[in-house]
Amino acid sequence: MTMGETIGGAGMGRPGDDGRFGDFGGRFMPEALVPACLELEAAFGQAWGDAGFRAELDALLRDYAGRPSPLTEARNLSERLGVRVLLKRDELNHTGSHKINNVLGQALLTRRMGKRRLVAETGAGQHGVATATAAALFGFDCIVYMGEVDVERQALNVFRMNLLGAEVRPVASGSRTLKDAINEALRDWVSSVETTHYCLGSVMGPHPYPWMVRELQRVIGDEARAQTAALLDGGIPDVVVACVGGGSNAAGIFAGFVDTDARLVGVQPEGGAAIGRGLPGVVHGSKSLLLQDEHGQVKEAHSVSAGLDYPGVGPEHAHLAVAGRAEYPTVADGAVLEAFQLLSRTEGIIPALEPAHALAWVMREAGRGIPSGSTVLVNLCGRGDKDAVEVMRLLKGDPGAGAGG
Amino acid sequence: MTGRLEAELRRRRSEGAKLLVPYVTGGLSPDWTDVVQAVVAAGADAVEVGIPFSDPVMDGPTIQEASIRALARGTTPESILAELSRIDVGVPLVAMTYYNLAFRMGDLRFARSLAAAGVAGAILPDLPLEESGPWEAEAAAAGVETVLLAAPVTPDGRLAEIAGRSRGFVYGVSRMGVTGERASVAASAGVMAKRLKAVTDKPVLIGFGVSTPQQAVEVCAEADGVVVASALLRALLDGGGPEAAGDFVAGLREALDAG
Ligand SMILES: Cc1ncc(COP(=O)(O)O)c(C=O)c1O
Repeated sequence: MTMGETIGGAGMGRPGDDGRFGDFGGRFMPEALVPACLELEAAFGQAWGDAGFRAELDALLRDYAGRPSPLTEARNLSERLGVRVLLKRDELNHTGSHKINNVLGQALLTRRMGKRRLVAETGAGQHGVATATAAALFGFDCIVYMGEVDVERQALNVFRMNLLGAEVRPVASGSRTLKDAINEALRDWVSSVETTHYCLGSVMGPHPYPWMVRELQRVIGDEARAQTAALLDGGIPDVVVACVGGGSNAAGIFAGFVDTDARLVGVQPEGGAAIGRGLPGVVHGSKSLLLQDEHGQVKEAHSVSAGLDYPGVGPEHAHLAVAGRAEYPTVADGAVLEAFQLLSRTEGIIPALEPAHALAWVMREAGRGIPSGSTVLVNLCGRGDKDAVEVMRLLKGDPGAGAGG
Repeated sequence: MTGRLEAELRRRRSEGAKLLVPYVTGGLSPDWTDVVQAVVAAGADAVEVGIPFSDPVMDGPTIQEASIRALARGTTPESILAELSRIDVGVPLVAMTYYNLAFRMGDLRFARSLAAAGVAGAILPDLPLEESGPWEAEAAAAGVETVLLAAPVTPDGRLAEIAGRSRGFVYGVSRMGVTGERASVAASAGVMAKRLKAVTDKPVLIGFGVSTPQQAVEVCAEADGVVVASALLRALLDGGGPEAAGDFVAGLREALDAG
């Protein structure tokens, strides 16, 4: 079987014209926003095939964001777990996460479409910071919507966005987290679409966003494929692991390995497992798997990680799950806090709480679901600075509590 | 085939009336069906009944607040339809909600349960032309007219297709933005109505932001009628009951009839 560019197949190619990945995706948007989605689809399709655009983006990623990010062999952790752990270091990017990859691409598109204002949603604040950063660089106005709960637990990132010249608007509705920030960003967009681009931060929303954001993040997977090949004598890792909120960092790294035999694993928070505990549903522009009640009301997710605190998931992940090409286990908040501390102590790398989910799954499954001696590539998609204060609060100022040394 | 909603609105229009369609959030208060009856008694030509959804992205603060309040009372699509089936208001009812509630129940089952409750039409603002086909077919099979929305940014070709496929009436969105009371009517409202009237003889109603009798009259210089939602809900959220709602709608009716 080949896993090539089959439309609608599980090969992470271009979705159909209707924006579908199998049964999922689409464009469930109010009419007022459809013309903007069509314009964006055309602009991205054209730009992505334009060598000039690609060269400009590559130069920005290299000279401004610091790509390529290194691949680090986590020797101490590997020894401890009995599996060979390789870390894709996207936390070293400028602004501290993979979010900048997507945002720089969308900023270039914004300029190309003649727009001068960005709106964005943010959970952990990393996408908001990346968007504010690009807005500063390109001279755009920037409004970031953020749930009140997240404003509280990611206070450092709120201040960073303000420093960068963006306005952060706290969202008081609903669960006051990422889902509600997206609602509010969409409400802004429908009122401002003629001058404004909605810089969506993950592989969700209406077509073309899930496809476009995955393509803008595939640089992670493409680099990692070459880096692992160099390290493994042309081989590939046995397992590729990433955390999944909306699923952009996972989609980016999966895209580099979907045509190999590598096992693809997207780790979800226990309180936000749209894949597994969700049912097919339509919200925020696409059909995907969604935590909802029997009537179709969207449920609130709960996670220690603001970036993964979302009741849905990108439609392509729903498709990869149903097609059996990727698997989406969950980990509990407690295990995440342990992983956060363990990587800090063993490797001198403080991860964000989001990729700590991926690490927590590796810690749990090493020697069990992951046979000893396997090579495991982990997408370390963000750094933990933003989480230090919150984790300090959760650990009551006692690092090491429950971390097993 | 022309359905009950469209037939009734055409009939009223041919009598020279401007069409008045108030919006009431289903389940907002224990006496919400009395509110529906009060607005009909006050001269509504049809009533939009909102089935509250957890994430109403097209709605501003007023309808959001009404949705939250209704949901907090334990309101479900089933409870609203059960209550509607117990009243007979004498004018067509149109359900307005977001697609996930229909999708979860199943398109055909949802459409059939609307019809069984006596609901003539449905408005699902997050189903654009590209996505609404399957729903429209199931709704039509169940005898429910699907009203489509056009927006100020809709290009001419799409506008004609929306007008062609819409059933019951064509819903023109007055301005770029979410629902909510406004101090004035946007110039785009008149433009929207004129563009739609140029491509269809179906009833053309304008909504989003129409708040006062004077604004309703202004919009109806071009449009066949108006949908009034947030301003009415505001009165209800601020403590008004069926009587206040009736008075508010009577004021609109009077102004429209006076022209
Ligand atoms: C470091 C980091 N990882 C992951 C995520 C989740 O997003 P996604 O699943 O799209 O990668 C976030 C979101 O804020 C984040 O900041």
